Amino acid sequence: MKHTLLRAPVVALLIATLAIAGCSRGGMNGGDAAAAGGFGAGGANDPSSPAYFNQVVGDRVLFAVDQSTLSPEAQNVLAGQAQWLLSNPEFTALIEGHADEQGTREYNLALGARRASAVREYLVSRGVPDSRLRTISYGKERPIQICSTEACYSQNRRAVTVISAGAGV
Amino acid sequence: MLTRRTFIRSTTALAGAAALPRAGVAQSGPLRLEITEGVIEPLPFALPTFIAESANAGDLAADISRVISADLRGTGLFRQIPPEAYIARVTSFSDPVSYPDWQAINAQALITGAVDMRADGQVVVRFRLFDVFSQAPLGEGLQFVGRADSWRRMAHNVADQVYSRITGEGGYFDTRVTFIHEEGPKNARLKRLAIMDYDGANVQYLTDSRALVLAPRFSPSGNQILYTSYESGFPQVYLMDVASVQRRPLEAIPGGNMTFSPRFSPSGQTVVLSLEDGGNSDIYALDLATGTRTRLTEAPSIETAPSFNPDGSQIVFESDRSGNQQLYIMPAGGGEARRISQGTGRYGTPVWSPRGDYIAFTKQESGRFHIGVMRIDGSQERLLTSSFLDEGPSWAPNGRVIMFTRETPGDDGAPAVYSVDISGRNLQRVATPGMASDPAWGPLQS
Repeated sequence: MKHTLLRAPVVALLIATLAIAGCSRGGMNGGDAAAAGGFGAGGANDPSSPAYFNQVVGDRVLFAVDQSTLSPEAQNVLAGQAQWLLSNPEFTALIEGHADEQGTREYNLALGARRASAVREYLVSRGVPDSRLRTISYGKERPIQICSTEACYSQNRRAVTVISAGAGV
Repeated sequence: MLTRRTFIRSTTALAGAAALPRAGVAQSGPLRLEITEGVIEPLPFALPTFIAESANAGDLAADISRVISADLRGTGLFRQIPPEAYIARVTSFSDPVSYPDWQAINAQALITGAVDMRADGQVVVRFRLFDVFSQAPLGEGLQFVGRADSWRRMAHNVADQVYSRITGEGGYFDTRVTFIHEEGPKNARLKRLAIMDYDGANVQYLTDSRALVLAPRFSPSGNQILYTSYESGFPQVYLMDVASVQRRPLEAIPGGNMTFSPRFSPSGQTVVLSLEDGGNSDIYALDLATGTRTRLTEAPSIETAPSFNPDGSQIVFESDRSGNQQLYIMPAGGGEARRISQGTGRYGTPVWSPRGDYIAFTKQESGRFHIGVMRIDGSQERLLTSSFLDEGPSWAPNGRVIMFTRETPGDDGAPAVYSVDISGRNLQRVATPGMASDPAWGPLQS
């Protein structure tokens, strides 16, 4: 095992459950497939698996209203993402930027791009080769939570790092 | 597939329907509705069901009469006097008008017409408009000829004529609207590019639901549509020919950079759009003939939603360079921009009126969204709507009516297309077959 498991298994399991619950509603490509992983090889207990990345490292960071700056919590998650990507060079990442529904369609597309780009820049600053990273904005088109209150909006203002096998993009 | 229809419009007066010069001054003055003054009381009109001049034209005559009436009533400026109240019976298109009978029921305008279905399958629609209290025709009689399946367009043509003659404004009924048809739950929405008549009839789907599509815009001729699609995996502006439904990416964009928020210039020769690079969105102009791309803004802020003025010399757009979304105007070639939005809140999606007099926009303030209009110097801001989420105004070709998207809140929140006139009156939901968003109004077809 080249990677140290930092969190207690119970916490990891809880995060895994949350991640699956979140993803199963997402209808997104990429990220969801990985969430199906169990606890065998390639499952969340395998530190080099996408399931581990999604559920233990954490595949997403959240943003404040109309902001694309990375909070300290977000930077912690991204530091973990960078470490994982450096340890698993056979994977590339597509970073999805999203916005909540409080905003016009075009502006939210631009805002989603800003958020995805902020994540990309952070990962690059941590040594991940830029060639392994791509970004895409979904604006407000792909909420994972559908209520119209801050409880959902805060989950929708996100950047999700979607891992896939392949040496470069 | 769309069918092209050609109308032969006769500008010659019909026999017996020559517009006579008004004799003297009518007591009440000529029939005229000033929209700008804000109409409170709709103008009453009589519309006897058009006469069927051939045995098989009865249903068509009734349908055409119904659509003309719906067009006029839908403006909020007119009301139809119920046919049961009519005293005079119109049995022949060439009968003289018995004005006292129409005055007695207080009809101010009288619309008569006839529909003939010819042996070759062509339909001929004739109509006349009368100013009842001036006891005179209002304009010449006209006829429209077309295929039977274009009967709605012929009805809209009649209604456009009536509307124009009474209000002095251009019509907007013989128009189409491109929009996004939506299906499925809020967190897995499927979207399709679609087109419909302005009143929601004749919906046709131009893409399937495999790729997310957003925010279509018509070319000035109405023959092409620009829209943003995720077809390639990344958001990119596409150009579609409406008749053939052939589409292509507007230009080859390297490196997965997103392009979005396109709009044609009034000449149709240039497209302005936003291009994102490294997370930053700026506005570019693309010359369609040469493929030359020119950068119009260069700022670390978000610049998007460009829209030309009618002569193509200026562009209004939104930018958050001041810290939040506001509206700016710059020369069409780029250069110094001046801010025009002055109120509190955030302003986005500006669209220049085809008349040049107003800019429509989306305003976001205190958790509410509004569609509004302002003068091009930012003065006389007027909010026309208010809801949980209103956005994306689009002008009718006469610059008097605006369509936009209204979305309801919550788990089952759904978008619909609405229209409102620029005085803020006559808010109406457009009858689409399902959820619909991002309406863009096309030009008058005839």
